[in-house]
Amino acid sequence: MNRQEVLRAYRQMRLARAFETKVAELYQKGRMGGFSHLYTGEEAVAVGALWPLRPDDHVLGSYRDHVYLLVRGTDPGAVMAELYGHSDGCCKGLGGSMHLYDRERNFHGGYAIVAGECPVAVGLGLSVKYREGDQVVVCFFGDGATNQGVYHEALNMAGLWKLPIVFVCENNEYAIGTSVERSSAERNLARKASVYGMPAEAVDGMDFFKMVSAAERAVARARRGEGPTFIEARCYRYRGHSMSDPATYRSKEEVEFWRGRDVLEKLRGQIRHDFEVPDEEFDGLDAEVREAIEAAVAVAEAGRELSLEEARKLVYVRP
Amino acid sequence: MPVLTYREALNQALREELARDPDVLLFGEDVAEYGGSFKVTQGLLQEFGPRRVLDTPISEAAIVGTAVGLALGGLRPVAELMTVNFALVAFDQIVNHLAKMYFMFGGQCPMPVTIRAPGGGGHQLGAQHSHSLEAVFSHFPGLKVVYPSTPRTAKALLLAAIRDDDPVLFLEHEGLYNDKGEVPEGLEPLPLGRAEVVRPGEDVTLVGYGRMARLALEAAEALEADEISAEVVDLLSLRPLDWDTVAASVARTRRAVVVEECWPRCGIGADLVAGLCDRVFWELEAPIVRVSGEDIPAPYARELEQACIPDPAKIAAAARRVVDA
Repeated sequence: MNRQEVLRAYRQMRLARAFETKVAELYQKGRMGGFSHLYTGEEAVAVGALWPLRPDDHVLGSYRDHVYLLVRGTDPGAVMAELYGHSDGCCKGLGGSMHLYDRERNFHGGYAIVAGECPVAVGLGLSVKYREGDQVVVCFFGDGATNQGVYHEALNMAGLWKLPIVFVCENNEYAIGTSVERSSAERNLARKASVYGMPAEAVDGMDFFKMVSAAERAVARARRGEGPTFIEARCYRYRGHSMSDPATYRSKEEVEFWRGRDVLEKLRGQIRHDFEVPDEEFDGLDAEVREAIEAAVAVAEAGRELSLEEARKLVYVRP
Repeated sequence: MPVLTYREALNQALREELARDPDVLLFGEDVAEYGGSFKVTQGLLQEFGPRRVLDTPISEAAIVGTAVGLALGGLRPVAELMTVNFALVAFDQIVNHLAKMYFMFGGQCPMPVTIRAPGGGGHQLGAQHSHSLEAVFSHFPGLKVVYPSTPRTAKALLLAAIRDDDPVLFLEHEGLYNDKGEVPEGLEPLPLGRAEVVRPGEDVTLVGYGRMARLALEAAEALEADEISAEVVDLLSLRPLDWDTVAASVARTRRAVVVEECWPRCGIGADLVAGLCDRVFWELEAPIVRVSGEDIPAPYARELEQACIPDPAKIAAAARRVVDA
């Protein structure tokens, strides 16, 4: 990766961090409702896994989905407005935090049923194969998803039909408040996926470069028509499961340990060292990100909700 | 005019759509090599090949999820669930995903998905293979629910379902597959959400759908002997529901019997009665009567099972009650 590329990665991660920090602040002020599941701490997973993608590739996520859109290039204002429930949100305020979508950027949701997106990824993968395209589908989910039946159905079909899918499991050790040891008979989630006819590997999800290289291998394999890959990204979320979770099931030491390996700080250190990037340049990027977030908030604050009449028209394409 | 069975009419609709539109593909459990559990997809693999007609593992939730993803990928999938009972295994994907996505994602993703699901009782299949779940699925905004009663409507509605940009649950009655009827060549799709008055009458309106529309017609013929002139309305679509046609008929005959194969609680009949009361209460000469499936799980024993399903005699008796009231 060259200097320009690593700085782009840094900016994406910084934007993700700043966006989620702002969401937490606004949520606490009551500017938005519902659940809000923040990505803070896991930025290297999304930015790394999506790094090798082209605009015509497809991405699906779970309910912890704000950051995928930002990485794919959706206007932060459209995401923020969606969290406000406003009509200029990326789903017109009908989806909210857990159901984001951006057709133009091939981000296909945003699903709040654990593992629900996994078979949808199979369908997207099959659509690519059907049209003999070389697009790739990246499907994100958490460790908790690997205990759902439909997850296993989806992996089986993806492996059976050799579909161009990269399954990215964000193993942040907790499914809400239940740890992997207490929920999965097989703690090694890569091993758990390995029986479905696809290579499966565990990657340090707190290391951006390791994530990128695993994603590049998986995407290249999918483009060559060799089928799906499973990546278990071992990572950690700094905050509770959602804004309503104080995360009392984790020790302070545990959280401190992971925060000590912060992906953003680590990447900044690496870039500063390897490319001799001066602090002012980072400061400049940080300021740019701050402005983007402020602009997003301004968009959201200025919006309005759809009327019931407008919403009724969106139930069917042809009523 | 060619006479086809309900099964052949469905097969013809699938064949024509596969031939007409390269974005249509067909998949499900045993639909390809085996030709479909009820032989509806017979011959299609041979004609269109394994790219267009695919067998899947026994994974109902993933079958529907795959259909969802194919639609997002711009295709027009037709998925078969071997029976509607198994749709419950895929309930999450049908209801939480397929039905809601167009709305939930702000109108960005049309979902041109057709889910075919045979169902209904009468074949001694016991409580887990004899469900009539039309009411359950008609509950959900975003989903369209279709239930044809004849070979002609089966074909015309399936053509329409596949071409529709909204998700359609297409219910087929297992007891109708061998029924024969005229199906004109070059038949056009029937608009979804429209009911048909299949028999004009003066004294009472019998409202049915699927196999129940057939039985209502038989009941109407039997009622002639009592000099009762019964109008029969075949709903064809349960969601959207053609309230205008149903209400106009009932407003004219001033009496109604609604026939449903499903259970009575929170069923299609309950919904029809409520909807008709909203629309034509002051026109009614008598309370509307429901003829429903018996409120117990389907028993295996033959005569017992038959006793649980509406039949023409029960429908005619209900009509006499309503007319005498």
